Amino acid sequence: MDFTTAAQLLALCEGEGLTLGEAMLRRETDLTGAGREEIRARLARSLEIMEQAAAAALAAPQKTMGGLIGGEAIALDRRRAEGKAVCGPLLARSAAIAMGTLEVNASMGLIVAAPTAGSCGVLPGALLAQAETFGFGREELLDGLLTAAAVGYLIARNATVAGAEGGCQAEVGTASAMAAAAIAGLHGGSPEQCLWAAGTALVNLMGLVCDPIGGLVESPCQGRNAIGVAGALVAAETALAGIPSPAPLDEVIAAMYAVGRALPGELRETALGGIATAPSACARCHGC
Amino acid sequence: MKDFSIFDIIGPNMIGPSSSHTAGALRIAQLARGMIPGPIVRADFTLYGSFARTYRGHGTDRALIAGVLGFGTEDSRIRDSFRWAEKMGLRYSFALDTQNRDCHPNTADIRLENAAGETALVTGVSVGGGAAVIRRINGVEIDLTGEYHTILVRHKDTPGVVAAITRTLAENHINIAFMRLYRESRGQMAYTIIEADEDIPQEAAAQIQAHPPVQSALLIPRI
Repeated sequence: MDFTTAAQLLALCEGEGLTLGEAMLRRETDLTGAGREEIRARLARSLEIMEQAAAAALAAPQKTMGGLIGGEAIALDRRRAEGKAVCGPLLARSAAIAMGTLEVNASMGLIVAAPTAGSCGVLPGALLAQAETFGFGREELLDGLLTAAAVGYLIARNATVAGAEGGCQAEVGTASAMAAAAIAGLHGGSPEQCLWAAGTALVNLMGLVCDPIGGLVESPCQGRNAIGVAGALVAAETALAGIPSPAPLDEVIAAMYAVGRALPGELRETALGGIATAPSACARCHGC
Repeated sequence: MKDFSIFDIIGPNMIGPSSSHTAGALRIAQLARGMIPGPIVRADFTLYGSFARTYRGHGTDRALIAGVLGFGTEDSRIRDSFRWAEKMGLRYSFALDTQNRDCHPNTADIRLENAAGETALVTGVSVGGGAAVIRRINGVEIDLTGEYHTILVRHKDTPGVVAAITRTLAENHINIAFMRLYRESRGQMAYTIIEADEDIPQEAAAQIQAHPPVQSALLIPRI
C-alpha cells in the first residue's frame, strides 16, 4: 500500500474503511517490512520521550544554551492551575507543554523532532493535553501519532518541512496541521474531516517566516510552537463542526510550498530578517 | 525519491536544539570516526559558515565531540561531552573560519589522530533534518552518507584492486548496492567506497585488507 497525495489517501481510507493513521501504519509495514506491533512500540517510545520532556519543563525552568528562554512553561501552567487562564485550561495547558518542550530542546534535552526540532512542541502540546482533559489512553495517542505522521508525510513528500527552505510555515505550520488532524481523529472525525483540519491549520499559518533571534532555536520559535498548537485546536474544532478547509489539502500543500519558495532568504532561517533583526532582539543575543 | 518512514516525520529522537546544527553535526563526526582505526586520541575541528557563527548556542561543538566519542543522537551524554572527552582520553580543539563562503553553510573539517599516530582529515556537511554527508577525506572528494552498510577501502591506484575487493565481497555473499572509486592522482592512493544492503562482516574487511595494494579497509556502520 502506498499513497503520495491526500486525495489518494482519502480514496484509500473511504474505499477500505480505514482511518488516516491505519493507512499510514499499513504503508509503513509494506515499506519497511516491520510488524505493526514493532512500529507501535517505537511510537510508544516517541510518546514517552514527549511525556518526559513536558514533565521536565513543568517541574523546573530549563537552562537553555542561548539563555533567551526558560521557565515559560511553569509561568503559563501556574495561571492555569490558579483557574485564571483567559484562553481556558485546555489551551493554556497545550501551550505550556508546547513551550516547555522547546525549553527542553533548547537546553540540549531529549526530544522528538516532529517534524523538526524547532517545531517539536506542537504535537506533544496537542496530544498530551488532550489525553489529560478527555482521558484518551495510550493506544489512542499512538493512533494520534499515526494520523499526524500521515499528514506530515504528505507535506514532507510534496513540499518541505525545513525552515531554511519554506520558512516557519513549513515547520510549525506542518506541525500544526499534523496536530489538528490528530485531534480531529481523537474526537471521532472522519478521514475527510481530519484532512480538513490539517488543511485549515496550514492555511491559517501560511506565510509564517523563520526569523530565529541569534540563529538560535529559542525565540520566537517557542511562542510559535504555542500558536501552532492553538491553531491546531481551532482547526480541529472547525473541521469537526463540518467546516471544510479553504481548499483540499493537496492544494494547500502546493500553495504553502510556493509561498515558501517566494520568501526571501532573509526570512528563511538565516536570522537576517523579521524579528531577528529588530534592534532589541539583536541586543539580547550576545555577539552574533 | 526518499521514501519517508513514519520515523522521519515523528523523529528523529534527538538531543536538541537543532537537527542540522546538533544531530547533523554529531553524525558528521560519527562518520568521520569510522574512517580511521581507533582508538582516537585527538580531534581538531574547523567550523565554517553558520556552524562557525552559531555553534555555541546550538551545542554543535559538544555534538561533534560526542560523535567522535561514538555517542548516538539520543545520548544524553552529548550535553557533557567535553567532560566525557577528558574521561575517555580525547584531546580536542576548535577553530572558526567565517570568511570561507565557498562551502555549504553547515560544514566542518575534522582532523583525527589515533593512538598509533595515524591521521585523517575529513570534511563533512550537515545537509538538514539530521542527515550528514562526508565530502572529502585526505584531500580526495568523496560522497558518503552512512545510510547503508559501508566499507571504505584505501588502496594503491593499480590494476586489479577493485576486482579483488568485489570478488572478496561476492565470496562473502555481500550484494553491492552502490560503489564509487576516487583517487588522489594516477598511480597514487585511491579510495573505493562500497555501500551494501547487508551488514559487512569484519572478516570480509580483513580479507580485503590482506590484498597487498590495500592499505586499509574500514567498516562504517549504518546510522
